[in-house]
Amino acid sequence: MERFADEADVVIVGAGPAGLSAAIRLKQLANEQEKELRVCLVEKASQIGAHTLSGACLEPTALNELIPDWKERGAPLNTPVTEDVFGILTEKHRIPVPILPGLPMVNHGNYIVRLGNFVRWLGEQAEELGVELYPGYAASEVLFHEDGSVKGIATNDVGIAKDGSPKDVFERGMELHAKVTLFGEGCHGHLAKQLYKQFNLRENCEPQTYAIGLKELWTIDEKKWRPGRVEHSVGWPLNRHTYGGSFLYHLNEGEPLVALGFVVGLDYTNPYLSPFREFQRWKHHPSVAPTLEGGHRIAYGARALNEGGIQSIPKLTFPGGLLIGCSPGLMNVPKIKGTHTAMKSGMLAAEAIFPKVIAESLDSETAGLHVTEYSDNLKNSWVWKELYAVRNIRPSFHNYFGLYGGMVYTGVFYWIFRGKEPWTLKHCGLDANQLKPAKDCTPIEYPKPDGKISFDLLSSVALSGTNHEGDQPPHLTLKDDSIPVNRNLAIYDGPEQRFCPAGVYEYVPMETGDGMRLQINAQNCVHCKTCDIKDPSQNINWVVPEGGGGPAYNGM
Amino acid sequence: MSGRVLVGVKRVIDYAVKIRVKPDNSGIVTDGVKHSMNPFCEIAIEEAVKLKEKKLIKEVVAVSCGPQQSQETIRTALAMGADRGIHVEVTGKDYEALGPLQVSKIMAALAKKEDAQLIILGKQAIDDDCNQTGQMTAALLDWPQGTFASEVALEGDKVKVVREIDGGLETIKINTPAVVTADLRLNTPRYATLPNIMKAKKKKIANMKPADLGVDLTSRLEVLRVDEPPQRQAGVKVETVDDLVAKLREAGTI
Repeated sequence: MERFADEADVVIVGAGPAGLSAAIRLKQLANEQEKELRVCLVEKASQIGAHTLSGACLEPTALNELIPDWKERGAPLNTPVTEDVFGILTEKHRIPVPILPGLPMVNHGNYIVRLGNFVRWLGEQAEELGVELYPGYAASEVLFHEDGSVKGIATNDVGIAKDGSPKDVFERGMELHAKVTLFGEGCHGHLAKQLYKQFNLRENCEPQTYAIGLKELWTIDEKKWRPGRVEHSVGWPLNRHTYGGSFLYHLNEGEPLVALGFVVGLDYTNPYLSPFREFQRWKHHPSVAPTLEGGHRIAYGARALNEGGIQSIPKLTFPGGLLIGCSPGLMNVPKIKGTHTAMKSGMLAAEAIFPKVIAESLDSETAGLHVTEYSDNLKNSWVWKELYAVRNIRPSFHNYFGLYGGMVYTGVFYWIFRGKEPWTLKHCGLDANQLKPAKDCTPIEYPKPDGKISFDLLSSVALSGTNHEGDQPPHLTLKDDSIPVNRNLAIYDGPEQRFCPAGVYEYVPMETGDGMRLQINAQNCVHCKTCDIKDPSQNINWVVPEGGGGPAYNGM
Repeated sequence: MSGRVLVGVKRVIDYAVKIRVKPDNSGIVTDGVKHSMNPFCEIAIEEAVKLKEKKLIKEVVAVSCGPQQSQETIRTALAMGADRGIHVEVTGKDYEALGPLQVSKIMAALAKKEDAQLIILGKQAIDDDCNQTGQMTAALLDWPQGTFASEVALEGDKVKVVREIDGGLETIKINTPAVVTADLRLNTPRYATLPNIMKAKKKKIANMKPADLGVDLTSRLEVLRVDEPPQRQAGVKVETVDDLVAKLREAGTI
């Protein structure tokens, strides 16, 4: 069956901050110069913002450049940061650490936002400018010209039954061709994975390293509410060798709402660690629980994030396309902010490709445009300066003293030298290779959830609103069906049961009674990508399910 | 016969989303929450489009009553094969109070205005579970009705409807013009594909207000309070029949 194909000038995969900023900037340039430009954006979530999850403290630098009159246009930046605290937690206490000016985590001038709402607002701005937004459609395939350059993308075929056979409602996906395709799939994109291989984009950079971030939204007792307050912590319940920490932000949008969450570096070594349960037990800490007592949890979600910084950024451009945002990984890790850099990369991409796509004749060696100017411009921008300055902070945690060594390094080298030291520290390699065999590690005794402050996994997943059409092939694919039991379970005690924040993976006894099998509850998936990252056998391959499936986050 | 079919499509909160009651118990939170087309309305559209594909009817008109966002729901209906849409704009307090009686009045007025041969509606909406709009519309128009349809067949100027009833299946034959409401097993709705969504942008959606149709939106119902269902209490396991009897006596049930 032939696929229907359509042509656009630019196709963007992913309606996140990077993709939408690129689309908006393209249309701004087109309108300024009175040129026609067809910009199409495909997004796997059913509505813009439904798959967006972040803390978040937004640094408005990129937004000020993109839409200077954002306040008049009603951008949902309602909570300027008024208080900023940082502490090291022990099991029962909190040691406050002063945030000296100049340290990366200073939040003065920033806004606490619900990123999903901000992204939805960006979507409205984009539509006003004439961008064609198509939420509910997942780009599942990269298309190539005969000369190997990228031709565009295709959305997935839908109406396929679990066993792979076509149902009555089977429909072929559609092809969207473009002069240049922007890939803004966010952290660990599945198409980006293919592009890395296809164009060898990672040959001169370190492998990306990641963390998983879990988040909840709570309405709390008004007496406990301190709008504008930003709290971060490190330490308990993680040990000094496991990178991670917490955030708790008091939003100011009418009702007493807090956004809180926990981040765990995915280079952790103990296969018995469960990021979800670390998050749940952190909430019981004496410095956190009082804020939540009497409150009501209203949302839950999780997403992987980049931690590699500048050392892990791949080659950004290739014939016919380029990478923007968290996909190549532009997050400033110690600041824990990536939205402003993602937006700026989208804007720079737009500015670099615009003259080329409106040019009368296609001045290119390949059918798909290769816009190397984007990469040059990004490297000359404040994004690169910022990422370069903080490049050694995250890797500095890989030392005997772990967390404390890292903090000392940050205090000495970053605060004093602002990253000007002449060396660049390396990461430790793939996160998937960091797990120690289960026999060499101690199981962690997690407390039972109390149902008031801490909760079980399945009731949490229900709050993410996630769902997928049941009768479709599972989108969590295994390269080799025998590896989960023979390797993951045998050597590592099945860590996927613990690192998946949605209960997708379960080792259950076989019906025949002899042995175990891996059960994949694909319907629960919240598209966080952690399994694809942390599977010690790198056997799990996340592919995109039918468009519209996945979480239904509301202002996360 | 005009060969025109009106299909009502309602925008409701997606079935997989956890509902949250507003802190003041006046209603439920809808802002920013994922919405989609009511599943029974999808089935209604699918049936109408199938009839058109069989060349038994000429035009499918999708109707939705609600705020600006209802246009997205109409767009999905257009992508599934409806020819044009009618958006009856109802916002704010009027929208919160909008119920089957007002919608039936609107559908009846539109049926007359558009000279409809058939009205197909979902049997009920998954947010209020009223199961009234189809029946009320038929009554206002004095048309026959075939509700809970699991099969619909047009035979000349009559419609044969197989209805799902408590005792099994009931087959009736009714004259057109008629109202039919779709039940679950009527069909499996098709996907709204991306090329069709793109084409749907070119199809017309007419805008109007209930007043334009002479419909008064005053509700005869007042919502006093909305509460979550009570939390299910933990049960108690008993070991023997005697224990069970003792517990039942304690609870005063025997």
